[in-house]
Amino acid sequence: MPHSSTTLAADESTPLQHRHLLDLSTYSREEIVHILDTAEEFRAVLERPIRQVPTLQGTTVASLFFEPSTRTKLSFGLAAGRLSAETVSLSKSGSSVKKGETLKDTARNVEAMKVDVVVLRHSSPGAPHFLSRRTDSVILNAGDGAHAHPTQALLDVLTMREHIDTFEGLNVSIIGDITHSRVARSNINALTTLGANVTLCGPATMLPAEMEQAMDVRTTTDLDAALDNCDIAMALRIQMERQDEGLFPSIREYHMQFGITPEHLEQHPDLLIMHPGPVNRGVELSNEVVDHDRAIILSQVTNGVALRMAVLYLLAPQREGA
Amino acid sequence: MQTDDRIKAQLMSARDLERTLDRMAQQILELVDPDDPEAAAPFAFVGMQTRGVFLARRLQQRIKAQEDVDLPVGTLDVTMYRDDVRMRLAQPHMQETRIPFSVTDRHIVLVDDVVFTGRTGRAALDALMDLGRPASVRFLAIIDRGHRELPIATDIVGREVPTLPNEEVRVRVGEIDEVDGVWLVEAPSPDTDDPSRSAP
Repeated sequence: MPHSSTTLAADESTPLQHRHLLDLSTYSREEIVHILDTAEEFRAVLERPIRQVPTLQGTTVASLFFEPSTRTKLSFGLAAGRLSAETVSLSKSGSSVKKGETLKDTARNVEAMKVDVVVLRHSSPGAPHFLSRRTDSVILNAGDGAHAHPTQALLDVLTMREHIDTFEGLNVSIIGDITHSRVARSNINALTTLGANVTLCGPATMLPAEMEQAMDVRTTTDLDAALDNCDIAMALRIQMERQDEGLFPSIREYHMQFGITPEHLEQHPDLLIMHPGPVNRGVELSNEVVDHDRAIILSQVTNGVALRMAVLYLLAPQREGA
Repeated sequence: MQTDDRIKAQLMSARDLERTLDRMAQQILELVDPDDPEAAAPFAFVGMQTRGVFLARRLQQRIKAQEDVDLPVGTLDVTMYRDDVRMRLAQPHMQETRIPFSVTDRHIVLVDDVVFTGRTGRAALDALMDLGRPASVRFLAIIDRGHRELPIATDIVGREVPTLPNEEVRVRVGEIDEVDGVWLVEAPSPDTDDPSRSAP
């Protein structure tokens, strides 16, 4: 008999058990894989001549960015637009937050405006959790303090998945300022849940000692040790203002000890390079490494839109009757 | 055919399907007017994923063979245009949409295998309108199985088959199914307007 239909095949995959996307630490392997699979489907929409579909018509997505962000905000905005959601945005500079409004007041206003989804970037860890308990809106964490940045981690593992066969036994090294990185924490959650081995590498002042046990990872202050047997190296952006805090002697010295160079690529012919961007050229990565064909940084950006479309598709509330 | 389908009847053999497509090609040719070489230009097929695409290509080949008229074929995936997509699909499965011509001012023949509730047809019209403003859209389906929920009518239809809600129609094409034909089956769990069942 002929094989079964492939058009809109009845779906038996696991839907998400979560209402919000606050942190990946509570997401199961099945849920993460489900989001990644859905994002892969959405990449097809981005390749069409008209990259917009009416799926989220009537849904309102509010972007509340209390910290500066360019690409995450743009990426969420594009993703919502591609799905035809209505978008409103509020940033710290133009908002009542500057006039002294608390997050609780913001939550009440969001509630009153009948927003379906809130994309929140905030400097305080736990701000999205706080908001999720005080509004009916679905909350998507776009970065809270040094705590979590789940969509960035998901787009990172989505990008990795394009280049690897399995996460089981995959060796990923995250290099840089681990202490202050929400990207690192969310990536560790996603990668270890999927079965990868994670090594954290950076100056001792930027490498929290308790992480090794708490998050089931290996830590080292030696870049060569981190790159040994490593499949994917993810360099984190150094915040230049940290230089004033005495966490590392100088930019030049940081690059000499922790910067990935063409020599590293030569020594490790299969190593792939990632970076959440924007890159400080000549600091985390040499200029040549940024532009190397084994640096998959721009794929991360493209995948960001597809991944955020998937998250919106999966988590935005269903309109009654639709 | 899905493994748990119980076949109730074969509605068309491979030969029946061939003859149906021959007749449909003739009906389209009557619209195109092959004696006027300029007249074919503004016509085009848009095949709806999945099997509508193969049926559209077969119609194109017939028209080319019979009257040496080349009509372009586009492919359309309406998954994200369905009004019930998020209710139905925890994960959407998208296929290619590629319309290599401007639909504006063109006469479009929209090709699907089965028409049922009309929701897929409505979604296809929305998708087409997003691409441009066609001069006209005609809807062609091999089987019209009734149970319309929206006022979508076929202009060219192979066969009207009254069905029960728990029955489904499977159109199969050799290009992806290794066999040509149409079957009426009883599905294990009836789900009205599930395109995977009504319009495989």
